[in-house]
Amino acid sequence: MSILAYNGAAIMAMKGKNCVAIAADRRFGIQAQTVSMDFDKVFEMGPNLYIGLPGLATDVQTVHSRLKFRLNMYELRENRRIKPKTFMSMVSNLLYERRFGPYFVEPVIAGLDPKTGEPYIASMDLIGCPMETNDFVVSGTCSEQMYGMCESLWEPDLEPDDLFETISQALMNAFDRDAVSGWGAVVYIIEKDKVTKKMLKTRQD
Amino acid sequence: MAAPCVEPAKGGFSFENCSRNARFEQMGLKFPKAYKTGTTIAGVIYKDGVVLGADTRATEDTVVADKNCAKIHYISDNIYCCGAGTAADTEMTTQMISGQLELHRLATGRAPRVCTANRLLKQMLFRYQGYIGAALVLGGVDSTGPNLYSIWPHGSTDKLPYVTMGSGSLAAMATFEDRFKPNMTKEEAMKLVRDAIAAGIFNDLGSGSNVDLCVITKDKVEYIRPHEIANAKGVKQGRYLYKRGTTATLSSDVKKIEFDVIGTEVKTSAQPMDTQ
Amino acid sequence: MMGEPLSDYKAPVQVHFSPYEFNGGTILAIAGEDYALIATDTRLSQGFSIHSRESPKTYPLSEKTVLGCCGFHGDVLTLTKVLGARLQIFEKDHNKPMPTPSVAAMLSTILYYRRFFPYYTHNLVVGLDEEGKGCVYSFDPVGSYEREFYRAKGSASAMLQPLLDNQLGGKNQQGVERQAMPLKQCVAMVKDVFTSAAERDIYTGDSIIISVVTKEGTKSEQFPLRKD
Repeated sequence: MSILAYNGAAIMAMKGKNCVAIAADRRFGIQAQTVSMDFDKVFEMGPNLYIGLPGLATDVQTVHSRLKFRLNMYELRENRRIKPKTFMSMVSNLLYERRFGPYFVEPVIAGLDPKTGEPYIASMDLIGCPMETNDFVVSGTCSEQMYGMCESLWEPDLEPDDLFETISQALMNAFDRDAVSGWGAVVYIIEKDKVTKKMLKTRQD
Repeated sequence: MAAPCVEPAKGGFSFENCSRNARFEQMGLKFPKAYKTGTTIAGVIYKDGVVLGADTRATEDTVVADKNCAKIHYISDNIYCCGAGTAADTEMTTQMISGQLELHRLATGRAPRVCTANRLLKQMLFRYQGYIGAALVLGGVDSTGPNLYSIWPHGSTDKLPYVTMGSGSLAAMATFEDRFKPNMTKEEAMKLVRDAIAAGIFNDLGSGSNVDLCVITKDKVEYIRPHEIANAKGVKQGRYLYKRGTTATLSSDVKKIEFDVIGTEVKTSAQPMDTQ
Repeated sequence: MMGEPLSDYKAPVQVHFSPYEFNGGTILAIAGEDYALIATDTRLSQGFSIHSRESPKTYPLSEKTVLGCCGFHGDVLTLTKVLGARLQIFEKDHNKPMPTPSVAAMLSTILYYRRFFPYYTHNLVVGLDEEGKGCVYSFDPVGSYEREFYRAKGSASAMLQPLLDNQLGGKNQQGVERQAMPLKQCVAMVKDVFTSAAERDIYTGDSIIISVVTKEGTKSEQFPLRKD
């Protein structure tokens, strides 16, 4: 079993029309045994900037707090909000620094540019190779299932409400075919003036 | 939550997780794989410059992670570098060398030479004994004319008129061996590199999607991305949209974001509005 | 001086025997009200190379039964040959083709017969049952089988299956009743899911062949996919 699959996770992000969405499952397990169903894997990094960290749960929390520290230092030093792309470089550098002893997380970043409101999504492997796309990114133990769902369901310029349906259906049906992720899900729809957080009703097995 | 993570700023790699990770391995947990650019990259020297080419697929085992990634990296205004192997390594290595070379340019006040970039890259890769999995094709034009190198992950390099790298290197090299000739025109060289990359795209499963080209001459760089969309995204017959409210939710919270209005502008059109 | 006792002794080395290979390919089957559909891609690959772009993984067993079979191509060839012979014997003995449910039962025993040196194949059998309804049987490599409404097997199965759950099974959708899909819509969806799989799975591509079994017999059509 892979270390990345030890605790199980499924996270994806999608671009819409002037909005982005990021969705994650809620399971925390130890191999096949589910321990809790209210585990946070998506973290707020700014008013409209979020990061999802699937992978080894201990590293999820360590990487989150290390990033928060670096982000706070950046924003204090610069006295401005970070741009999603700059934040992506920050994550990438943090992970690549540990090239030969990595953290076992494969981050997903979703946000809007603080000035222009331009949607931005990106994902990364565990040693920080960035990947920016114009449609969707997925990461986690059921990435194949998520790729299959997203490739079929996603289309450009979805309105926030439609983007919510698309990302939710893509995520739920994907993790229902994975034994180590699921057990509830959370979706953030990020718009310029508001962020909507929705908890999904999903299968609990 | 974890303890406060106050870290001193220092350069270089950190090995703090290595002993912990070795324990994981002892427990029988498998190490995950990083993204690879199971790639086709190639370059040729022609009459007055260099043509570099690359496909645009990044894979994670047998799954395509990125369908349109950029594998031709910037080194300096007159030098570019194609990368194959571990995607993060090619990305970061070229970035680091690009930075060093820029400092060198500022210190010397001269346009950097390709052999300098080559030496910086090979020394860095040799130092890491091949553990930095970057296989590179380095090309550029400097005071000595066009130069082309291939650089292996262990730090050995070749200076040749035509080179290929990556999992599709055999397919691409077969094209070069068949049709390369010295002193080609720009059009001939571009066509040859395109065909070499296309051979990799279609015959090597690790390579795919589009052809990117970079043509470097004495006073101009053309970075053509994409040069050719060899494989367009498949067109779907149906649409898979859901009626709003299809997904069952337990709760919904809205967080308003306050933002400052910096300026307001009202535009009125000179013509009366078309109300038809 | 005496050397270490038995210093020249070397433990016997076991030569590694790995007779299997994975040749890629994806198959997908759907059972409708009065039809059954099976689709496969036509790429045959190994490692990072393509052996063939024109190698469908569906094998018509009789007028109204089709087998989808992928995995190790050597085993696929042998298995289809054995199956073909057994069906021919049956037809000569009983003067009628073997019904689809019986083909499935027989395939299960053929697979289980090789329990400890299995055929490395993923199998789907489609056809019509005794009542003329579409049926799909899915197998594991050692003969465990089940009748299902829809199933994807092979290299991109993980990408296709959740979409079928959603579109055909109506899973996770509030206020949506599961209903049988008309054939035309079903064929369009199959093309779409394969188009999606070809985007992401390196072993799926080139083209697909869709075979539809109805009471009139079997009809096939080909549809192109990306070739990289």
